[in-house]
Amino acid sequence: MDNSVLQRNRDYDLDALRRKADWIRLETIRLVDIAKSGHYSSVFSCAEMFAALYYRTLRLKPSDPRWEDRDRFLLGKGHAAIGQYPVLAELGYFPPEWLDSYTRLGSPLGDHPDMNKVPGVDFSSGSIGHNLSVGVGMALAGRMQKKDFLTWVMVGDGELNEGQVWEAAMSAGHYKLNNLIGIVDANGMGLDGDIEDVMGIEPIADKFQKFGWSTDEINGHDMEAVVAAFARAQESDRPHMIVARTKKGKGVSFMEKDPYWHLGYLGPNDKAAAEGEIQKRLR
Amino acid sequence: MSIAPPDSRPMLDHVSWNVLTSTVKLTQFPMGEELVALARRREDVVALTADLASSNGLSEFRDTFPARFVNTGIAEQNMMSIAAGLASAGLTPYVSTFASFASLLCAEQLRTDLAYTKMKVRILAHHAGVSMGFYGTSHHAVEDIAVTRAMGNMTVVSAADGNAIRGLIRATVDVDGPVYIRIGRGAEKPIYDEVPSFEPGRFFQLREGRDATIIATGIGVKAALDGADMLAADGVSIRVLDAAYLKPFDEAGVIAAAKQTGVILTVEEHNPYGGLGSAVGDVLASSGLGVRFAKLALPDDYALVAPPTHLYRHYGLTGEGVVDKLRPLLASLSEPA
Repeated sequence: MDNSVLQRNRDYDLDALRRKADWIRLETIRLVDIAKSGHYSSVFSCAEMFAALYYRTLRLKPSDPRWEDRDRFLLGKGHAAIGQYPVLAELGYFPPEWLDSYTRLGSPLGDHPDMNKVPGVDFSSGSIGHNLSVGVGMALAGRMQKKDFLTWVMVGDGELNEGQVWEAAMSAGHYKLNNLIGIVDANGMGLDGDIEDVMGIEPIADKFQKFGWSTDEINGHDMEAVVAAFARAQESDRPHMIVARTKKGKGVSFMEKDPYWHLGYLGPNDKAAAEGEIQKRLR
Repeated sequence: MSIAPPDSRPMLDHVSWNVLTSTVKLTQFPMGEELVALARRREDVVALTADLASSNGLSEFRDTFPARFVNTGIAEQNMMSIAAGLASAGLTPYVSTFASFASLLCAEQLRTDLAYTKMKVRILAHHAGVSMGFYGTSHHAVEDIAVTRAMGNMTVVSAADGNAIRGLIRATVDVDGPVYIRIGRGAEKPIYDEVPSFEPGRFFQLREGRDATIIATGIGVKAALDGADMLAADGVSIRVLDAAYLKPFDEAGVIAAAKQTGVILTVEEHNPYGGLGSAVGDVLASSGLGVRFAKLALPDDYALVAPPTHLYRHYGLTGEGVVDKLRPLLASLSEPA
């Protein structure tokens, strides 16, 4: 196996990253088909960011998943792990055949990521609201150990309803953790619909700023903006939060129009329609 | 530190006290000292608290190793998950807060972030049971044994006094996974003259006996010893076991006690469901052995308002309470079958 380190901010072509994002969408559709249930649209909103993080931004060593100097990536919105697995497999963290076992009895790959079963998963998640705190702990550890790894935590905007997120925000600000970077996948939708109707959390960036973070606000589907924001984030002198405005279900038109694709299953014709739309862009 | 040194404070009445001066009386709270000693030997040891360092003695750790100490403020759930992050990077965090908050407020962080993930985090859960007395039910932990024992990968231990705390911190230092260390209020009557060497998953035998066995944990151990002393005056010989390890659990020790003494009483400062008594009852029921068994625990209710020692007397967690509960079992031995 290749023992090389994938350095930070690699020169990965932006158009190739855009294609990776759509490939992540296709793989998500394929894996949901195995489980007959899954979170399509939660992956579709952050597919560009998954691609940018793993193929360009993060410092990684796939041959040694627990390499102590790696950058960490925590997925607070653990239900999007289905979009992370194909990327980890392609980078060489585990055999791609594992993907075919997704959710089947004894598979390492379930709906939510398990750090002890899936190489490349830096921390288990599933219970929304915990991982920003875990990330604070990792960032503190980096400081105590005098290591320069960065800890990235992606949370959902619905996740910001959880109180523990704000405990974590407070502590990151207090300890001025400039090695902690957050991303809010602000797709505006929870399971019950529009987050601002269910339990409003805006203005997100202002709130983090008041807790001592620097912030950035971008279109999370604009690859150029994503890559630039990820580079800026690494220069902050304090914890940094990127509020990425995204669309749930992005990339498949009938899912963009209907918030209830948070969880679901596509029958054969609908699956073909969704895949066809994505493949058209890839041609 | 903004706290004035003692000699610059105004003269106070000798009975006056505050948070800082009260810790002097806590002769059974060696956590700060023990962790400082541990941290001198091991660079991976770090400590956390949620605004309780001045109460639980971890201020000693904070002042000795400020860069290895994290105070999260009153945010216990955040503290548990931060500890998980620290542990994932190879550190060994000792987190400290009241047992009620550690086990109930943070039950999900314990389960999902520490136990499921098998993080090497040690939870110093102090002021367990009803040892907070009249501070009331919000500050009592009488469900924590049940909650933590039901979590896979979780080791659960319980200290009867200060030396037992030291012994358990030492015995569990290398456990691969989280450890819930149940601790009292620091004012317990000493049980151990020196730091005991606990064997993982085994009871610690404090007294040998033929006629009955008392298996006790926490402050129940003192009650068990006192009760055994009272009955010894009547010629009854009682084995006393400290269930310092609640998980893994000494099933062989329970079976041996059943076979060799025929009578078992459990004593604990916990709800009657899911605690030490339930653990022993499980083993006995599965063993098929005929044995006389009773458990002495708190009622399935919320404690009255009272100072802790008054609560122990009221609920019979004393030598007298042990004798009252044990006598009927002993008397029945001599009745015709």
